[in-house]
Amino acid sequence: MKFFPIVWRNLLRRKFRTFFTMGAIFFAFLLFGVLMAIRTAFGMNIEMAGQGRLMMIDKVSIINPLPASYEGQIRQVAGVTDVTHSNWFGGYYQDVRNQFATFAVDPESWLRIYAKEFELPEDQKKAFIADRTGAIVGIDTARKYGFKVGQRVPIQGTIYRRPDGGPWEFTIDGIYDSKIKGADKTNLVFNYQFLRETIPEQSGFRDRYNWYVFTIADPDRAPEIAAKIDAMFANSPSETKTNTEKAFVSDWAKQVGDIGSIMMWIVAMAMFTILLVAGNTMAQAIRERINELAVLKTLGFSEGRILWMVLLESTLIACVGGLLGLGLSYALITLSGDPTHGLLPAFYFPTPAVVAGIGLVLALGIGSGFLPAWQASRLRIVDALRRN
Amino acid sequence: MLSQIIAVTGVNIRSIPARLGSSAVAVIGIAGVVLVFVAVLSIAEGVNATMKASGDPDVVLILRAGSDTEMTSGLAGDAVRVIQDAPGIARDGASGGPMTSPELFVVVDHPLKRSGSPANVPLRGVTAEAFKVHSRLKIVEGRNFEFGKNEIIAGRAASRQFVGLNVGTPLKWGESTWTLVGIFEDGGSVSESELWCDVKVLQPAYRRGNSYQSVYARLASADSFQQLKDSLTSNPQITVSTMRAADYYGSQTETLQMIVRTIGGIIGVLMGVGAVFGAIITMYTAVASRTREIATLRALGFGSIPVVISVLVEGALLSLVGGLIGGLIAWIAFDGYETATMNFQSFSQIAFAFAVTPRLLAQGLFYALVMGLVGGLLPAIRAARLPVVNALREL
Repeated sequence: MKFFPIVWRNLLRRKFRTFFTMGAIFFAFLLFGVLMAIRTAFGMNIEMAGQGRLMMIDKVSIINPLPASYEGQIRQVAGVTDVTHSNWFGGYYQDVRNQFATFAVDPESWLRIYAKEFELPEDQKKAFIADRTGAIVGIDTARKYGFKVGQRVPIQGTIYRRPDGGPWEFTIDGIYDSKIKGADKTNLVFNYQFLRETIPEQSGFRDRYNWYVFTIADPDRAPEIAAKIDAMFANSPSETKTNTEKAFVSDWAKQVGDIGSIMMWIVAMAMFTILLVAGNTMAQAIRERINELAVLKTLGFSEGRILWMVLLESTLIACVGGLLGLGLSYALITLSGDPTHGLLPAFYFPTPAVVAGIGLVLALGIGSGFLPAWQASRLRIVDALRRN
Repeated sequence: MLSQIIAVTGVNIRSIPARLGSSAVAVIGIAGVVLVFVAVLSIAEGVNATMKASGDPDVVLILRAGSDTEMTSGLAGDAVRVIQDAPGIARDGASGGPMTSPELFVVVDHPLKRSGSPANVPLRGVTAEAFKVHSRLKIVEGRNFEFGKNEIIAGRAASRQFVGLNVGTPLKWGESTWTLVGIFEDGGSVSESELWCDVKVLQPAYRRGNSYQSVYARLASADSFQQLKDSLTSNPQITVSTMRAADYYGSQTETLQMIVRTIGGIIGVLMGVGAVFGAIITMYTAVASRTREIATLRALGFGSIPVVISVLVEGALLSLVGGLIGGLIAWIAFDGYETATMNFQSFSQIAFAFAVTPRLLAQGLFYALVMGLVGGLLPAIRAARLPVVNALREL
């Protein structure tokens, strides 16, 4: 550390160049944060989806709802601990552009199974379970539209229609939050019974659910239980497809397809181009000073020490630019959240990616300094001094 | 003055090969940014092109009022008959019947080729009238399905994106088995991502009774849209919304396009700034390595403005080369690249090809030029302001 002032003076020698090199690295790592957030958003947060939860839909298409009678049959399967169901409602508030994911569910079992994803104060839970026209809404949607607990909100359906054509009036019984990072806090969930009474019996869609979700005691037995349940409903008018919730979420993400990964590759390429430019400049700055390094060697500096000083210099530039960039992107992404306002709820900068980013910063610093420093330390003093 | 500018700029440009390394770095940096910019936006352009191809100006779409997509709409058989009798709809020359196509739009679970994982394929049930309303549709392989049979035809794009959609292949979904008998094209429109079959076969399979989801109708003339719309809106027997097919398809991918454009915008700006910094470093290095040369020119009596301009021109030139390379790579690598993605609004897969349009390339080049000029400006001013005596002494 004794020689830190020398490193420091070297950095300040060409302030302009040092500043802009740091700047380029700064932006590259700002971009890195966005890149990681896109990756997470398009991956639809697969880590989050419950391993111990199975999901069951109609085998032909998710839009064909399954009979309500299946619930009792699933409950009797050994290893199944709890069952709930859900219907996709497709609701919007006032204008069809203000859509958010809306489900009609059985409140009690839903809140049991999704206790971590839908965190509510106990009294709000009770109110929602007891209220036939009640709904709970995610904190993000509540903030966006200014929904308050106790407020009555009209929600229009795109799939289901009330006989009078008007919207459903829900009482907001609770506003849920979740400690899970990247959890979707935009949903509105309401009591299926309220929807049920508006579905005409002769339509054939009453008491039918788009999907069932159930928990099992031992996640390792998931494939076996799924196969057993699908076999149970085979050769019926509503054959089923059961899989872990994780598998469904991952299939969903694959439906979005390679767009996410293509964007990621492109950005990754661009980021490395910028880093290449910055790294090259840093290496250039050292190559220019090879005869100075020879002077240091003449004065008795060891090869190791010179290598170390040069590495310190390049790592310092990389760290100042890179860590600031990572820090700012982390702050911005955390603050702003989803830039599309609700379409990519899992848009966040995951912690492992932050660690990877820091690793990349160090690799850049060491990588760009090492080669010229190593070359310099191996040169014979006489040759190096002669170089101009 | 002008001759000075030309002379200094000439010296600059001719000396680029001598500093090939650092110039190449700047060119690569800018090429990378333009490549990303063009490639990301070509996704949005591609989706847009597919949607534009879908909107025949003489075709209108009638959905239940309040539904924003065919997927969520629903029209009973009675309502469809009311719609078919409305004024303003073209009549078929031979039979004299209205040119309307009531359709049922559902999705079916079928694996994607690229991942092997299941996805929602749109499956459309149609009547014989459909082929008169969607007049561009033509069978390019095999034959059309026969009415009353479990036969299916697949759009060209769907057959490329999904597993086993070839003529002659049996497809088993639930209790029913279908045979794929033909492949169709429809001028590059969205329907090429779909499967089509007889609506009367599809209705019972999806428990839809005698109900439909949408009615497509061909207008009697381009200006009969308002007449048809007014008559349907004022009819108390039905509550429907009427829109031009072009407008409908435009609105269908708003979500998808917004995601791509938002993310593309953020990435484009961040990368642009990063690349400007890269260009600044490069131009700065270029100026620094020629400090003595520039000072000599100044000592010989060349003014500072020609020096500034020469550096700017060099920056612009390098960035244009970079922009061209980036645009070219984007065009070669991505133009026409076919893929499918989830259309959030219809809940099903839509196939499209990346479209690197001339407009997009021009935007990319313009962006490159701006980056080069901004990147060259600071080093240029620095070059011009070098004190001649000190600079001459510099190594």
